[in-house]
Amino acid sequence: MTGLNRTVLGWLALASAGFLLLPWYAIEDGFWRFGWLLDGWPLDPDYAPAIMLLLQGEKPWLWPVAGFLLLPLVALGRPRTAPLAQGVLLAAGGLGVAYILGQGFAIGIPGWTFASLEAAFGPLGDRQFGMGYGALLTATGLFFLFTLGCAARGAVNGDGFVVGSIGLIVMVVALFIFFPVARILVSALQTNEGALSLTVFLDKLLVGKIWGLDCVYSHRACGVAWNSFALAVAVGAGTTLLGLAFALVVTRTGFPAKRLFRGLTVLPIITPPFVIGLALILLFGQSGAVTSLLEWAFGIPASRWLYGFTGVWLAQMLAFTPIAFLVLIGVVEGVSPSVEEAAQTLRADAWTTLRTVSLPLMRPGLANAFLLGFIESMADFGNPMVLGGNFSVLSTEIFFAIVGAQYDQGRAAVLALVLLFFTLLAFWAQRRWLGRRSYTSVTGKGDAGVPVALPRRFSGLLFAVTVPWALMTAVIYSTILFGGFVNLWGLDHTLTLRHYVDAFGVTVGDHGLVWSGGAWNSFFTTIAISTISAPLTAAIGLLTAYLLVRQRFLGKQAFEFGTMLSFAIPGTVIGVSYVLAFNVPPLELTGTGIILVISFIFRNMPVGVRAGVAAMSQLDSSLDEASLTLGANSWQTIRRVVLPLLRPAILAALVYSFVRAMTAISAVIFLVSAEYDMATAYILGRVENNDYGLSIAYSSVLILVMFAAISVFQLMVGERRLGRRSGPQAGKLDLGGQPA
Amino acid sequence: MSTTFGGRAASVRFDRVTKAFGDFVAVDSVSFEVDAGSLATLLGPSGCGKTTTLRMIAGLELSTAGRIWIGEHDVTGLPATRRDVSMVFQSYALFPHMTVMENVAYGFTVSGTPKAEARERAEQGLALVGLKGFGARLPSELSGGQQQRVAVARALVLEPEVLLFDEPLSNLDAKLRRRVREEIRDIQRSLGLTVVYVTHDQEEALAVSDKVIVMRNAAIAQEGTPRELYEQPADRFVADFIGDANLVEAEIRSVDGDLARVSIGGVEVRVPGRGLPVGRVLAAIRPEAVLLEGQGGGGLAGTVRKAAYLGKHLEYTVDSPVGELFVIDRRIDDPRPAGAGVAIRFGDRIALVPDAD
Ligand SMILES: Nc1ncnc2c1ncn2[C@@H]1O[C@H](COP(=O)(O)OP(=O)(O)OP(=O)(O)O)[C@@H](O)[C@H]1O
Ligand SMILES: [Mg+2]
Repeated sequence: MTGLNRTVLGWLALASAGFLLLPWYAIEDGFWRFGWLLDGWPLDPDYAPAIMLLLQGEKPWLWPVAGFLLLPLVALGRPRTAPLAQGVLLAAGGLGVAYILGQGFAIGIPGWTFASLEAAFGPLGDRQFGMGYGALLTATGLFFLFTLGCAARGAVNGDGFVVGSIGLIVMVVALFIFFPVARILVSALQTNEGALSLTVFLDKLLVGKIWGLDCVYSHRACGVAWNSFALAVAVGAGTTLLGLAFALVVTRTGFPAKRLFRGLTVLPIITPPFVIGLALILLFGQSGAVTSLLEWAFGIPASRWLYGFTGVWLAQMLAFTPIAFLVLIGVVEGVSPSVEEAAQTLRADAWTTLRTVSLPLMRPGLANAFLLGFIESMADFGNPMVLGGNFSVLSTEIFFAIVGAQYDQGRAAVLALVLLFFTLLAFWAQRRWLGRRSYTSVTGKGDAGVPVALPRRFSGLLFAVTVPWALMTAVIYSTILFGGFVNLWGLDHTLTLRHYVDAFGVTVGDHGLVWSGGAWNSFFTTIAISTISAPLTAAIGLLTAYLLVRQRFLGKQAFEFGTMLSFAIPGTVIGVSYVLAFNVPPLELTGTGIILVISFIFRNMPVGVRAGVAAMSQLDSSLDEASLTLGANSWQTIRRVVLPLLRPAILAALVYSFVRAMTAISAVIFLVSAEYDMATAYILGRVENNDYGLSIAYSSVLILVMFAAISVFQLMVGERRLGRRSGPQAGKLDLGGQPA
Repeated sequence: MSTTFGGRAASVRFDRVTKAFGDFVAVDSVSFEVDAGSLATLLGPSGCGKTTTLRMIAGLELSTAGRIWIGEHDVTGLPATRRDVSMVFQSYALFPHMTVMENVAYGFTVSGTPKAEARERAEQGLALVGLKGFGARLPSELSGGQQQRVAVARALVLEPEVLLFDEPLSNLDAKLRRRVREEIRDIQRSLGLTVVYVTHDQEEALAVSDKVIVMRNAAIAQEGTPRELYEQPADRFVADFIGDANLVEAEIRSVDGDLARVSIGGVEVRVPGRGLPVGRVLAAIRPEAVLLEGQGGGGLAGTVRKAAYLGKHLEYTVDSPVGELFVIDRRIDDPRPAGAGVAIRFGDRIALVPDAD
């Protein structure tokens, strides 16, 4: 029973420290700056802890928080089964957090945030800014007192750690996914004066610029929604077909260069998607290498065919096909050969077998690949930006609505909703199409069958498609790697290191090294932000996976759906929603590095969850239970039994979230600031200034850095595998899920 | 330091315990008691709720209703970590990334026992199950039977108040099963442990238990010593489940003190009456209690339908006026071919079962 007291005391101490010691409000200089310690703390109102503010007669609405901190003292010394102790923890924690959030939303920079409150209580004459360390710690401490109360009441077998984890994840997902998305909805419904109005919303929604169908019968452009939708369908279908072709070639034919094809799967992970668009410009743009060649050899005049639907589609196809391949190769390999052999013994020929057995079994893979291509295309911001020309899509329109001269939050919100609508529709359609049927054909039983060879003419067709495509990819990547070394692409092909010096120059100045290159700032920021967010992403992803696989609790299905759903929210939407939600108190985060870290965590969380779920489902749950019956608590069980056995999955989650943070653009572009610029955003900026040399040089450096990261990781995991002795449980471990 | 394992054995008591998964009731208002220092088995067909019952003792499932006592303490709401109960899993659940020594010492490690002491006691535990010197190996480097014993040692060294086994032998071959079950029984006896043991093998249950609890459809069908269950089954289900009894309809003609005069298809036998009234009854006739004679002797006329030679005895299936009878005959020198006519008489290994329906 002493255990409960100790934990209560711990969280209470944390909450009180937040209230008594640390600055309650956010520090202007940034989260990681500690100048305030010497600069008037604890008395200066800018840096004062809540208690100091209150004693100075300011922010009187914070007084109740002190009450919520005193209340749990009643619970100390009582057994955890005492209803009084439970009630006190629940009340102090739950109401305390609710109150802190409530006052944060109710009172902002202009005083009362809602007119109705002003009407009820009269003008406030005071204001508050975003919450800082103090508020964060106090709310966190109180929140975990609440979950302790739930556990003491017997939630999830009374396991404090598990209840706390569930609470934590529900809380952060609500705060950083659902709240921002809901905020979009509010923004879409708001007039410029802040009143809610459905007609304004409909006015903004039902305009020709979004839904117009002019292109069907005239030469004018269609609405952006249709543009995005058509593009996404074309890309989804195209990448799925092409990915399938590659997967079939690799698994079902004797093609010699299989391993090379497999190597292709790494590329999209380490390449920011718009870099492909950039390379396309260098090849097929008006002064591109291929264009010039054609003009010289055949007199075909240069044209702008690349800029528009075709170019964007081509770039996205090149960028996302490997993702489809990655998904489909697992599925194609998973189709059990003995099922196919069974079909053949039932007198089906090779073609019929493929059509009636193999392909239907690949259905989940096909649906998944399509969905991924569809969402990636919808969310892709860089390629339409670089190649779109007059062809505009939702993601770029959203960007211009927020960043451009028009600065119209409402319009951005409406566009984001349309985008979200399409991806959720695709998500829903996919789930419906797959239904509840089982498609698993991989069993624990050894499968000695041999995959059925493809019909001759069909495999000929596959080669005809895949080989040129692979060559094209190779050409593109060579362009990326070598384009950085010529002076001015298309005009002056003398070799030079100029771009690298511009970007990554280092000079020796009076005070030691000077990072004089223009790219260093964003490069270091990118590495730092990715390094910080990777372990957090992995941790929260794996914790979620643990809860999903190992624990039973009320509302688990909703929990699962919520975490799955974030996977269908495009980065662009996350970006806008963060701008809308975190620009104002109580959570003022725009312009900080934290918002970048947070956006990466929640963008990449599904990857961690999937890797964790895949790996954890292969660990027999009796291992955990054995540990519990031997007296370990769930935290000890995780640390000593689950984590060591999941090491490969952890590494995978770490590296992939690191790399994805480095290549992401669609959410990032909304969230970068002068101080916290990211590599991808920086490069895109250079591209807009037609500074292709530097952009391409920077891109290749990024690609190489990430290639190195992935290789080191593969090496580590590979060695571990060799070093492991095979045993009934150990042998089952695998690298876990692949990234989405 | 002389460690005496099992000095803290405690009794287990279920008081109207129910466990529901959603709408599905897996254990329905079950009450029983297992004495300290005794071995009880939970026996029953697949899906009847044995594992669920065991997991509720361990605290891996919390009961939906009712109270659970271990020794003097009401542990109903306590999770597994805080109960003094260890469990040996069907799959052994040895931690594959730890050595045998680390596995056995795990319980001490997580409770913060000093390293040296943990090691010493783990070694004693290994010695007890005959695996001295195997400490440095990984579980994957042991045979199935050895892994099983490591799992027992790991649970044993914590000197739990109650030790649980969930079908511990189902992964072993027949010979090893017999040996390991004897070992478990020996250890339990010599250390005076309280053990609850789940199986669906009735022979295993009868062989090792002080008490057998037969479960059916989430409830207890009967509990008692092996002999009680065998000789006085409470109903048709138990009689059928324990031993390969032939269940035939019979009639009590008269009761005379402890004995009853029973007619089975017209043949009369005198068997313990179990306080049953005159009238219809079921007779559970053990296969050894059916005696086959050459045609012409007294008794029921029957025909051998199948005959099989099993080395130590013969097995027959015989058609008779009271139904098909399964017979074990130890007189292997005098086989009867299929199709032969026989006269059937009954020995005294017949248990009367109330005929509920
Ligand atoms: N987590 C669960 N959720 C829903 N139903 C469950 C769960 N665990 C067990 N059951 C159901 O409860 C019933 C009893 O299960 P239990 O595992 O106790 O059976 P058992 O007697 O051990 O059977 P076996 O001999 O096959 O191991 C079964 O019908 C099972 O389907
Ligand atoms: Mg079971």
